[in-house]
Amino acid sequence: MSAQLESWRNMDLDHVPHRLAGYDTPWVLAARQSAFERFFLHGFPARRDEEWKYTDVTSIGKRTSLAPDTIPPEPSSDAKLLAWTLAGEGVHLMVFVNGHYDATLSAVGNLPTGVRLESLSKLLDSGSRLPEKFFERHHEHTVFSSLNNAFTTGGAVLIMPANVVLKAPVYLLFIASGHGAAIYPRNIVIAGENSQATIIEHYMGTLDVHNFTNTVTQIDLAADANVEHCKLLEEGPAAAHIGGIHAEQAAASHFTSHSFALGCHLGRNDITVKLQGRACHSTLNGLYVLNERQHMDHHTRIDHLVAACVSREYYRGVLDGAAHGVFNGKVVVHAKAYGSDAHQENHNLLLSRNAEIDTKPQLEIFADDVKCTHGATVGQLDEDQLFYLRSRGIDAELARSVMIYGFADDIIARVKVASLRTHIEHRLLDRLPQGELVKELL
Amino acid sequence: MLVVKNLHVAIDGKEILSGLDLDIKAGQVHAIMGPNGSGKSTLVQALAGREGYTVTEGSVRYLQRDLLQLTPEQRSREGLFLAFQYPVEIPGVSIALFLRTALNAIRKQQGLPALDAMDFLGLVRARMQQLDMDESLLSRAVNEGFSGGEKKRNEILQMLILEPRLIILDEPDSGLDIDALRFVADSINQMRSPKRAIVLVTHYQRLLNYIVPDTLHVLSQGRIVKSGGAELAHELEQHGYGLIEAEAAARQVA
Repeated sequence: MSAQLESWRNMDLDHVPHRLAGYDTPWVLAARQSAFERFFLHGFPARRDEEWKYTDVTSIGKRTSLAPDTIPPEPSSDAKLLAWTLAGEGVHLMVFVNGHYDATLSAVGNLPTGVRLESLSKLLDSGSRLPEKFFERHHEHTVFSSLNNAFTTGGAVLIMPANVVLKAPVYLLFIASGHGAAIYPRNIVIAGENSQATIIEHYMGTLDVHNFTNTVTQIDLAADANVEHCKLLEEGPAAAHIGGIHAEQAAASHFTSHSFALGCHLGRNDITVKLQGRACHSTLNGLYVLNERQHMDHHTRIDHLVAACVSREYYRGVLDGAAHGVFNGKVVVHAKAYGSDAHQENHNLLLSRNAEIDTKPQLEIFADDVKCTHGATVGQLDEDQLFYLRSRGIDAELARSVMIYGFADDIIARVKVASLRTHIEHRLLDRLPQGELVKELL
Repeated sequence: MLVVKNLHVAIDGKEILSGLDLDIKAGQVHAIMGPNGSGKSTLVQALAGREGYTVTEGSVRYLQRDLLQLTPEQRSREGLFLAFQYPVEIPGVSIALFLRTALNAIRKQQGLPALDAMDFLGLVRARMQQLDMDESLLSRAVNEGFSGGEKKRNEILQMLILEPRLIILDEPDSGLDIDALRFVADSINQMRSPKRAIVLVTHYQRLLNYIVPDTLHVLSQGRIVKSGGAELAHELEQHGYGLIEAEAAARQVA
């Protein structure tokens, strides 16, 4: 078997990012170069790599180009319409097209004193050193974060001063447009002591977009900070999406992550949390709803580094067609982390014989006096429930949709932003037979 | 309204009902009593159209139609209602969503427009009050974490809202304390109407002190072995099922 030379190996960093953000800023250029070298050294992960056993990314390696656009194409009218609608909903909206900030579609609005919500590309261009340490971090088993370091074209930077509560959510809308684009968003959140914010990342594509999105979000929570992060993946049916969300928590901070994966052909989210201060709370929620030949992989890792932290994980999947889901939930309780309390659940509903799920809880415990529990289930729709609904005049097809909705809503209901909850419920119901009927009744 | 003739039902190839006959007319209340394993639940599930309950012989006519040809949802929309002995929990689906979906399906069949949220809420609240049910249950998932009594009341609530024509209640009093039993019995009595028929399936005679049937049938080994008036219940109370079963066996031999 002759290995096909992956086209990106012909790529030379000097040729690619001619005018990527921060081109004139020495640390940015150096960070991009070393990241690219690191990536070049490793290449894309292969399936013999345990962490990528179930997710085959060779199709990404075979792309003709990994370089981002310099000038993004016009977004679709659907995407614009969504941006306009969101702008009217009182959120702090930043819109990115193929990873480039679009100031005209954005509507940041008024922010409380001291809160900064800025475009990363502007910060990099201005020579700011603020993002530097975030570019120096190496994240868990993914060369994709190196690739993102090398090629990022922009994203949002949110800085919350101490004791400030941001009432309206920050809404980051990432639109994929044109054909075959490689898209590298990068977001950074710095939540000061006792500050509070909600951040929504929404990735949307259109039917014919064959893009590759590689995104990284880094979130630092100072003591007592409270951050709710929600990622909504609704890319096109041919899109590949590899994302990383990496949170680091100081004492008594609260972090909640929601990951909703509804659209894309090949998807992977690596979500890592480092509990670095005592008495932190971290909750990771997730829902993947897959059909046809969709593939979605969630790899989560929670490190209990110090004592007395609590972590919770609630992931659910609905798999139809020949879809393939992967859930790998790793919890590491380090030697000093006595009194840790970790609980993890992953429940899956298989609607077709050809759908597949690989679920794996991974607990590694090096401390005494800890409470760690986990549970995973894989099942079909319950016949007793179906008959009960039908015995009340609800036809079988609608009854099934109601049951799937009920199963998935356990996760959706955990989202605090009501309008977002409704949006996700509707997208779910759009995919279920007679979902329209259920929508009317909610 | 409901005519059952020579009904044979098997589960996994094993015959449970072996030639059951019933004739229930509008306006009547029938009680079916029988010991455990006599086929009460099988009869009820087969009438509701549960999969796996295979009718091997006989017929069931409901409002001059062949009931056995209808799906469970069609039966319900035609006015047949089964109050389950063991109501099913449906996680994630609120009672409000469940009831409204069911009510609208049935109204659609009757050519009525869907009920809007306000009218629906008004109707449900009134019925819940009548059953002394806590309104907060509405936003809870169907039967999930409900006590036995709450589940039973929830069945009766559905009956009151869906206003069926043929009501079959499978052990509606099991798990109820005496106060709850009174609310449930009052609601069932209130449903008595010249246009409606009610079938009470029960193991114990207790319920019949509150809801007095027009006719009482004793079910044994898959068939009705004795029918009579409400007074038959007292006979059962005194002598148990043994005597009636023995009589029936003797008749069969003769």
